[in-house]
Amino acid sequence: MTMIFGVPVQALMGQLLVGLINGSFYALLSLGLAVIFGLLRVINFAHGAQYMLGAFAALLLLTVGGINYWLALLLAPVIVGVFAALVEKTMLSRLYKLDPLYGLLFTFGLALAIEGTFRYFFGASGKPYAPPAQLTGAVNLGFMFLPIYRGWVVVASLAVCIAVWLLIEKTKLGAYLRAATENPTLVQAFGVNVPLLLTLTYALGAGLAGFAGVLAAPVYQVSPLMGSNLIIIVFAVVVVGGMGSILGAIVTGYMLGVVEGLTKVFYPEASNIVIFVIMAIVLILRPAGLFGKDA
Amino acid sequence: MSAPLLNVRDLHAWYGESHVLHGVNLTVAEGEMICILGRNGMGKTTTLRSIMGILRKRSGRIEFAGRDMTAVALHQTARAGLGFVPEERGIFASLSVEENLMLPPKVAEGGMSVEEIYDLFPNLKERRNSQGTKLSGGEQQMLAMARILRTGARCLLLDEPTEGLAPVIIQAIGEVLQKLKGRGMTVVLVEQNFRFAAKVADRFYLMDHGRMTAEFPVAELPAQMDMLHRELGV
Repeated sequence: MTMIFGVPVQALMGQLLVGLINGSFYALLSLGLAVIFGLLRVINFAHGAQYMLGAFAALLLLTVGGINYWLALLLAPVIVGVFAALVEKTMLSRLYKLDPLYGLLFTFGLALAIEGTFRYFFGASGKPYAPPAQLTGAVNLGFMFLPIYRGWVVVASLAVCIAVWLLIEKTKLGAYLRAATENPTLVQAFGVNVPLLLTLTYALGAGLAGFAGVLAAPVYQVSPLMGSNLIIIVFAVVVVGGMGSILGAIVTGYMLGVVEGLTKVFYPEASNIVIFVIMAIVLILRPAGLFGKDA
Repeated sequence: MSAPLLNVRDLHAWYGESHVLHGVNLTVAEGEMICILGRNGMGKTTTLRSIMGILRKRSGRIEFAGRDMTAVALHQTARAGLGFVPEERGIFASLSVEENLMLPPKVAEGGMSVEEIYDLFPNLKERRNSQGTKLSGGEQQMLAMARILRTGARCLLLDEPTEGLAPVIIQAIGEVLQKLKGRGMTVVLVEQNFRFAAKVADRFYLMDHGRMTAEFPVAELPAQMDMLHRELGV
């Protein structure tokens, strides 16, 4: 058996893949959080619930509506995004003028309410969601077997992250978003409908969480609490990357996923806390985060 | 005289509890360039911010092109034809020079084309791919003005464009303002530098403690010099 640093190659590659998959979810979720925080200055504690809503939307679309995975991948994020837009318009937008703590408390409460509602109707146990037929099975890469669905998760999340990055960095809408992040009043004085931009941004961030939820449904099970377990790690990722940094959120997401995977190989006892240890070190050495601008 | 393009009547404004404008009256005819003079803290910037609708806690009447602007949402003010160039210039660091230039949406036909703007400000063309805030202070001021000229705004609210700039740059800004006047642009200029303003403005207001205390055309400027020196403390 081939060994690297005293570890079998299969084990190393296997954990690297697990790390990349976890990293894919970290990246998608922290990207949404970063986009929302950047413009709205709201720490969106409902992000885990929105991720869960994406997974449940896919499950219900399939079981109730007979709508397959591929359509759900498009529809579920839109459903979550529309729901988020309504929440922003009717409730969250009233809190912008107050201390940022109110936004945090509101979204935290919203997450509890959504998760509680789903627990009431669906119970706490997970429900399976089968991957689409086209993505079942595995390919032999020579050094390991790669389940096709897991490879797809990495590719799809990377593609969406790059698309969102391009949207923000290279388009007119992205220029409005970047400018409004710096000085919303002036952008509005130029004639841009900033309140609408805020609604769309919240919907985009939540839609990204919903997309991650659909991707996750076949990997993990669909359960009301699937998001609350993940969101704590994702907040650590955002802190390490730098609050509000788009590129930082993406790169740090994948990086910390991989670091976590490798820790499972070399020192499994630390794998659950390694991200938080890194967060603590980053906060001491570079409080603005790895990619953050000093505020 | 026909109805003024901008007509401000008894404008009061507050920052929180602090009452800073105490009944400002101001009229500007179409194509006219007026200048508000006054020492620091007398309410000049606040007047512009209130007209633009950035400062919302205000009362009185702000009529622009016959329309009352006090009830208009901030993002609709620009659409009515008012363009704002803030004192701090407001160049965005996360945008390139060209992105900064293209940022404000067009509000009407008749704005300058990008080519015309680059002819007027060749430096901006040269540096169009630089980060907005990497420009010099003078270039940032040019950019802040240029991006409003693109939009087709009818009336420019210009807050201390010469502040902190070298004489040669101030002269260039003066030339730009002359050209804008030639195009029939209406301008409300806030300035401390009345030697600069004397070259471009048609009429002057003097502001003191949130009120207009004097108003005179540029022809009377020589006669008002003693009073201005006394009031402005220069």
